Amino acid sequence: MANAPAIATRPSRQRSDTYDSSQRPKRSPERRRATVGWLFIAPFGVVFVIFLVAPLGYALYLSLFSKGLATGTAFTGIDNYVKAFTDPAFLGGVWFVIRFALVLIPVQMAVSLALALVLDAVTSRFARFARLMIFLPYAIPAVIGALMWGFLYSPTFGPLQQLFDLFGGTAPFPLSPDNVFGGLMNVVTWQWAGYYMIIIYAALQGIDPSLYEAARIDGANAWQVAFRIKVPLVSSSLVLILVFALIGTLQFFTEPQILRLVSNGTIGPDFTPNIYAYSQAFAYANFNYASALSFALGIVVFIAVYIFLFATRKRGSFLS
Amino acid sequence: MNKKRLLAAVSAAALIAGLTACSAGGGATNAKPTNCTNKIVDKEAPVVSVWAWYPNMATVVDNFNKAHSDVQVCWTNVGQGGDEYAKVQTAISANKGLPDVVMIEADHLPAYEIQGALVDISKYGANKVKSNFSAGAWKDVSQGDAVYAAPIDGGPMALIYRTDVFAKYGITTPPATWEEYAADAAKVSAAGGPAFGDLGANVPAALMALQIQKGAKPFEYDLADQKKITIKLDDQDSKDVLDFWAGLVKKKQIGTVDQFTTDYISGVVGGKYATYTSAAWAPGYLTGAGVGKGESRGVWAVAPLPQWDAAKPVSVNWGGSAFAVTSQASDKKNAAKVALGLYADADSLHDGWTKQIIFPLNQDVLTSDEFIENKSEFFNGQQANKEVYIPAENAYEGFVYPPIVVYYYAQLQAVTVKINAGKLTGSEAATELQATMVKYAKSQGFTVSE
Repeated sequence: MANAPAIATRPSRQRSDTYDSSQRPKRSPERRRATVGWLFIAPFGVVFVIFLVAPLGYALYLSLFSKGLATGTAFTGIDNYVKAFTDPAFLGGVWFVIRFALVLIPVQMAVSLALALVLDAVTSRFARFARLMIFLPYAIPAVIGALMWGFLYSPTFGPLQQLFDLFGGTAPFPLSPDNVFGGLMNVVTWQWAGYYMIIIYAALQGIDPSLYEAARIDGANAWQVAFRIKVPLVSSSLVLILVFALIGTLQFFTEPQILRLVSNGTIGPDFTPNIYAYSQAFAYANFNYASALSFALGIVVFIAVYIFLFATRKRGSFLS
Repeated sequence: MNKKRLLAAVSAAALIAGLTACSAGGGATNAKPTNCTNKIVDKEAPVVSVWAWYPNMATVVDNFNKAHSDVQVCWTNVGQGGDEYAKVQTAISANKGLPDVVMIEADHLPAYEIQGALVDISKYGANKVKSNFSAGAWKDVSQGDAVYAAPIDGGPMALIYRTDVFAKYGITTPPATWEEYAADAAKVSAAGGPAFGDLGANVPAALMALQIQKGAKPFEYDLADQKKITIKLDDQDSKDVLDFWAGLVKKKQIGTVDQFTTDYISGVVGGKYATYTSAAWAPGYLTGAGVGKGESRGVWAVAPLPQWDAAKPVSVNWGGSAFAVTSQASDKKNAAKVALGLYADADSLHDGWTKQIIFPLNQDVLTSDEFIENKSEFFNGQQANKEVYIPAENAYEGFVYPPIVVYYYAQLQAVTVKINAGKLTGSEAATELQATMVKYAKSQGFTVSE
């Protein structure tokens, strides 16, 4: 710090020999621009601090205390975190969402990539219509979508049972303990594939068409253009989607929470880590442990995303 | 440049103003509540805020406000059951935001009592109305001499059954014991009939009541010694009841669908279930859900709840709510006046029971000729009150619920799912429950006796 003024003055003195008159007015607008910059950031900054930083800080503070129904609140340090990472209900939930992510993300990626490649290759009125239709599920609020699937899955009202009735069988219940994995995966893929498709599609539109021309002149067929040219060029969007999907899946909440009511109890209060934290806070009056669970989940998400970005660091250009 | 700067400053200021306005809105408990659903009749009188979800609450509140000039009710419906409890619990944790009077089901009272959120209203004249209620109903809202709420409605349990299904499969008298219930279930099942009943995982309160009927004492708790709790979930009686239902599920003689769902109700309408083991509010609920109309009209009847020992019948209760005064109420005396007077007048009670919204606990109603002699439309003219529900309510002895009942219900629900999936027997479920609940109670700081 002591050296700082010396460094700052030296160049200005050197310059002052030549640009003496213009030096002073030049610095002032710069500073003013900085102030104005801060002002422009202020609305965002205020919202950011009040709705993100402050609640996070408060949750962290809460998570360091414990409150039992029969005891008062006491400072317990990291006890809640130790408890969380040894709590079978929390670990079970984490294990579920990790398994879910491992299966869901490749499926979702494959579906959205395939759709985007097809829509990119076909240019007709039907393609534009199809693009809209595929995107539509994303425009439906997750709650409405989940409610709708609840009815589609219903053994009484759903089309599944009617289909099986034709052959005189009993339809499997997509939300039974054995089927719930697939049942939920279907809902989430339906909801998000269209959105990811649009991201990939936008990236595909940004590719210079002369590259395709060059490839074709070199003798590449349509498949080769798709897999050797298009896919590598949109790989950064794919990584972006993967990170979105990974975070979204680890924080899985809305769909299971809504379908819980029609799941015959398959989806319990500890089904995913987020639902568990919600139950702890609002059903069992345990805000401290719920805060700790939220942070513990944050740690899991951070580790998962870090591992993922590390593994794809060569292609993951959007964060580096 | 200056214009932009001004704009930025203004927008930032506006944002901050908006934010502070938001946060100011939440606090202010002492100011007169203004967002009432109802109209305040006497604008000079002090106002007591109330949360409640009875469907005829608007009428009830108007009745109260018209009859009182010393206090007025400001009522809001913030959701039913769990939705309201989530808000109540949040307000308790935040130490602000509770109304003065809140509607709470009897089984949920101790969870709030132990947090010091409710006021003992015995010092505000609660004991003056004690004689209006059965001993069981009063015990449900009390802890020793302390009274934490004024009971409104209850749910003495009984066996609702379909006369058409019973006639078709040759069952002449409804089962009086659980043994007969199982025998009838086997009979209907063998003849290729519908499910005899249903073990819904989402009605743990009903299952607990059925365990208590057999003689189980799942919890013992005394608020005076609030760190001690006795948990006995794996005694023989509890196991017997769970094994009984698990056995029926295993033999596929009863259904395993969650209740209060469209799937279940459509099954009830369509004759998929021969019986419905439920409480006195069930006819009203079913009517509201569309049962008892069209194809399911005039096929319903009700019989007393089957017994384990016909010589020593035991009456149990499922559901029913009460009005409690919160410790955040600014004027507890006025709040108690509301808790004790709201839904306690003859007009409101009459409106409630004739519309099948409540099964009233007030003895003035239970002993009135009109109520006793009433011919239920849902039960095809059967005098259900006289024959079944009033005797059941009067025989109800009450139960002291534990402060950890919400967690217990969630665990009971979880094991019921496993029973329904054939992954646990009833006895195994009881053992698992005992271990989970003891662990939880200890983590909450209780000294647990098993």
